[in-house]
Amino acid sequence: MGCHLCEVYCQVQHSKSKDLIKAFKRESPRPLPRLRVETKDSISFAVQCRHCAEPPCVYACLTGALHKDKDSGIVTVDVERCIGCWTCILACPFGVIKRDTKQGKIVKCDLCPGEDVPACVVHCPNEALIYADVSGEDING
Amino acid sequence: MRVRYLIIGNSAGGIGAAQAIREVDKAGSIAMISDEPYPSYSRPFISKYLVERHSLEKMLFRPADFYDQNNIISLLDRKVDSLGWESRTVELDDGRRIGWERLLLAVGGVPIVPAVEGVDKRGVFAFTTLDHAKAIDKFLDNAHKAVVIGGGLIGVSATEALAKRGIEVVIVEMKERILNTILDERASLIVEETLDRADIRVITGQTVTEIAGAPKVSEVVLGSGEGIPCDLVVVAIGVSPRIELTLGTDIKVNRGIVVDRHMATSHPDIYSCGDVAEAYDFVYDTNRLTPIWPNAYVGGRVAGLNMAGVETEYPGGTSMNSLSYFGLDIAAAGIVAPPDEEGYEALTKQTNESYRKVILKDDRLVGMVFVRDIEKSGIVFGLMKDRVNVGSFKQAILDDDFGLAFLPEEIWRPRLEASLGRG
Ligand SMILES: Cc1cc2nc3c(=O)[nH]c(=O)nc-3n(C[C@H](O)[C@H](O)[C@H](O)COP(=O)(O)OP(=O)(O)OC[C@H]3O[C@@H](n4cnc5c(N)ncnc54)[C@H](O)[C@@H]3O)c2cc1C
Ligand code: SF4
Repeated sequence: MGCHLCEVYCQVQHSKSKDLIKAFKRESPRPLPRLRVETKDSISFAVQCRHCAEPPCVYACLTGALHKDKDSGIVTVDVERCIGCWTCILACPFGVIKRDTKQGKIVKCDLCPGEDVPACVVHCPNEALIYADVSGEDING
Repeated sequence: MRVRYLIIGNSAGGIGAAQAIREVDKAGSIAMISDEPYPSYSRPFISKYLVERHSLEKMLFRPADFYDQNNIISLLDRKVDSLGWESRTVELDDGRRIGWERLLLAVGGVPIVPAVEGVDKRGVFAFTTLDHAKAIDKFLDNAHKAVVIGGGLIGVSATEALAKRGIEVVIVEMKERILNTILDERASLIVEETLDRADIRVITGQTVTEIAGAPKVSEVVLGSGEGIPCDLVVVAIGVSPRIELTLGTDIKVNRGIVVDRHMATSHPDIYSCGDVAEAYDFVYDTNRLTPIWPNAYVGGRVAGLNMAGVETEYPGGTSMNSLSYFGLDIAAAGIVAPPDEEGYEALTKQTNESYRKVILKDDRLVGMVFVRDIEKSGIVFGLMKDRVNVGSFKQAILDDDFGLAFLPEEIWRPRLEASLGRG
């Protein structure tokens, strides 16, 4: 329905305080949302990292900062190694990698480490976002 | 020594292949050879090294224990002198011979040295290896002014690093504008303005006729007669495929080593990838050199899978570059300036903040340039790569809010569903 709450809760989850008010009012820089809600006419859906089986971003990474974990399948970035060349941004067909231009590093979905279910899914009022392990419907018209 | 898989070159292509082989063949012996003395490191990172003198550990492309973890024999600082393509051996510079069953030539490129008097003087450097960066670094203590010959990606990368080290830099480019192979005119101009603001002088349309000074460089002389005083010179006029090992063999070479869609050369058990290879380019629909890191890695990966017997087709690559120099972000790919022929259509959009352009042919994307606002560039590149007919929504591609939702549902839905690929 295009409420953008998933973006908000993604920001909260990746903030220092993990508190909505503090994250938005006091934290500077405010964390960037790691997913994007797209809306056109009556359609609206959230696009987040697909943690691709053959991840173009990982294959494009110039430094080895992006990595797909063999066991979990999660694609994560080692910010220590990221040099902000943005090659992965051009490589990702979903456009879900963001630039943190202050730090000169990318920001991307990490599926909320430590949580059973990612924050975007937990807080979707419409239950439109579904967390499925290997494949599944997670989009909603 | 005899191995199942021998990989010459320990960089993007070689590592892509080694990792792919190990995914499907845990036991087959792998050896990797490099004439550089370091484990695989990020070559594009050498400019950052020059700025911050990072530790080697930080520059490594894979963790230091990568070779042990993957049971790979790594021979560093060892050059392959010759290739026995019939005997299936190679000979090393220490006289050793290594036998192989499958061979990968991921040997990259060598910097082109211009035929200019004085290029062998002290203070003249290339900029393609970590050792080059180290040599420049040592030289900088007593240097104030540098001339970078060549305004391509490597030249601009060297320029930024030198400028950050407090060196005054002049770029000399032979063509009319810098970055002329990867950007269109407008984007080149934006880069030139950015360089100008950083107090970098860019001289275009000029060749260097002499590097003067004895014994150390003191001046670069241009075709116009102008002399530019300097303490060092970085030569960055390009890289050419390092085809030396194929000389005298039957392996088919055009400008680079010609490979098929399996990344195999004309010899069925010899594969190639990366800067040395002429592989399939999906924009031009023919084999071309596309000397960029991601294509080397993916080409290596495909080569590795095929070498290990898992038949895999190279989807093709094209020139794709993301630049982030002097705070200016640019993403560009494919044909950036439409050739003077019928059938090409260019759409552009410029605001104070950004410049975006796509080139279409028969309603399919064949090129793109995104300046400053690059976050959606990947979606556009994806459409280009998949040869999607964008005719019904092409006007929206350059909009600020462009996204997958603008695509017909029969395109976005399967994309979002199919790619959930954890595992
Ligand atoms: C300064 C700089 C900046 C760059 N920036 C970018 C960028 O932003 N984006 C991008 O996509 N690309 C960039 N590139 C290009 C990128 O680095 C190359 O495309 C990539 O390294 C190609 O990988 P490769 O595996 O084909 O070969 P290479 O990286 O060239 O490696 C080949 C290796 O093989 C070794 N070798 C060759 N012959 C022999 C032999 N006979 N015996 C033993 N060893 C041998 C070489 O010494 C070398 O170590 C940049 C390059 C440079 C120099
Ligand atoms: S960032 Fe993009 S390319 Fe990388 S795994 Fe996620 S969706 Fe795939």
